[in-house]
Amino acid sequence: MEKVLFLISAFLLVWGLRLQSDPASASKGNKLASIGMLLAIFSAIIMPLKNSNSNLIWVIVPLSLSSVIGYLIAKKIKMTSIPQMVSIFNGLGGLSAVLLSFAEISKWIAFPDSYDISVVIVLISSLFIGSVAFTGSLLAFAKLDGYRWSEKLTLPFQHIVNIIFLSLIVVSSYLFVGNPDTSYLYLIVILSFIYGIFFVAPIGGADMPVVISLLNSFTGITAALTGIIFGNIVMLLGGILVGAAGTILTILMCNAMNRSLLNVIIGGFSSSGSSKESKEQGDIKEVSDSDFAVQLFYSSKVIIIPGYGLAVAQAQKLCKEIQETLEANDVEVKYAIHPVAGRMPGHMNVLLAEADVDYSKLIELEQANEEFKSTDVAVIIGANDVVNPDAIDDSSSPLYGMPILKVWESTSTVVLKRSMSAGYAGVQNPLFFKKNNQMYFGDAKESLQRLSSELKNL
Amino acid sequence: MNEILNFLIENEILIYLLLFTILLGFEVISKVPSVLHTPLMSGANAISGIVILGAIILIRTTEPDNYITLILASMALFVGSINVSGGFFVTNRMLEMFNKKKKS
Repeated sequence: MEKVLFLISAFLLVWGLRLQSDPASASKGNKLASIGMLLAIFSAIIMPLKNSNSNLIWVIVPLSLSSVIGYLIAKKIKMTSIPQMVSIFNGLGGLSAVLLSFAEISKWIAFPDSYDISVVIVLISSLFIGSVAFTGSLLAFAKLDGYRWSEKLTLPFQHIVNIIFLSLIVVSSYLFVGNPDTSYLYLIVILSFIYGIFFVAPIGGADMPVVISLLNSFTGITAALTGIIFGNIVMLLGGILVGAAGTILTILMCNAMNRSLLNVIIGGFSSSGSSKESKEQGDIKEVSDSDFAVQLFYSSKVIIIPGYGLAVAQAQKLCKEIQETLEANDVEVKYAIHPVAGRMPGHMNVLLAEADVDYSKLIELEQANEEFKSTDVAVIIGANDVVNPDAIDDSSSPLYGMPILKVWESTSTVVLKRSMSAGYAGVQNPLFFKKNNQMYFGDAKESLQRLSSELKNL
Repeated sequence: MNEILNFLIENEILIYLLLFTILLGFEVISKVPSVLHTPLMSGANAISGIVILGAIILIRTTEPDNYITLILASMALFVGSINVSGGFFVTNRMLEMFNKKKKS
């Protein structure tokens, strides 16, 4: 019976993930996958086991408690905080694998006659990868949430220190396999925790989505490893599926930023950037409320480039309002979505969807770059690095090579921004000093509010 | 070394499965548009919480007086299933927003 259920749940997990790679069926895919998961959990509870004890209370209480907690978090969380939330959840998954492997190893130690080296090796690997995923995800969360200290954790010779830690972990694992003493186990866990921090520390905040996706695949691998130990095919399958999917997703995200995974892990973004503040900057022009409104009002085509600034100011709905006012006056309005707009790929689409922006209004990078030539005004709201011409012109820029939106090819550009401060990558943007660019300072929400009322008065 | 070799031979079917699943995972994801990266990441993250099955099995096979293992395993179950339920619910919330808009 439970074998059939496991089979069905494995099928549902694979099929659900498959459906999730197409926008039309993604929602159904997620539901199928969650039903699959539910079935798997149910089967694990009812399956007959050798030496089974009725510890059901130990299963039901944490399971129901945390399901409610998970549901509440998912319901309350702001859509802008999705990346942070995913990294926290992933950290919990990693912690779960650590606790589980630890408990399982302790159990093996208690019965030396059934001690099997290959099982212990698999468990230690799971312990190590889970620990790295745990602390790494927590640091990734801190970086995404903008905690200052989290950007400054890097030690001198970080990469050498990392290699030393890695060798220490291998040595203590070797010692543990030869002599199963719990103190070695604690040592492995502590070293792996620290290694997880070191692994993420040199990576810049802008690259966090890539890291989270990578850590997510790590958690998948630990699930698969523990699946081998428990002889549970669904665990193995689900874990490997996530491991492989996470890896591909990581690579796809790297491609979207035109960086290699190695380059991301070594931390190309965070190290450079501060040295180039002396570059000549020229003058910037500010635009007044009424001028801006008139300019938009008499355009025939406007493209909006939303960025993270729009999202944190929660101004998506105002954006939609302005879009409607303009459209009522026969202005064509589109949104150009950079693949990494927001905090991670696809994040901006989620945010605009929340504000009910029509799907067909969203255009992707290549199409947008063709359309800028025929655009009157490109409005950049809270985006910076994705419209930085240095990515094409300046080979010394940390952004160099990243595919960007060539907004300056439109007749004019207006940048909505709080101040002249640098973007996430920490570099100044020469776009602001271009002749056809104007600045419109202020918090995205207040600015758009002013603009919206100006527009309605016209 | 011999023990590792034996382990591989004993688990031959599992290892075949491992290889094919890796390919399957690559294949399933490789064509996904960047619009879906965020929901997919949180959806996949929820699936990685499948590790809690191990915790359930461990709890069920532990002697009722072995409190250390029981506590460790139910803590694993607790944090792991926050990952599972939170992940699925939030992914659903995101994807529903895509849907809602398409119907209107």
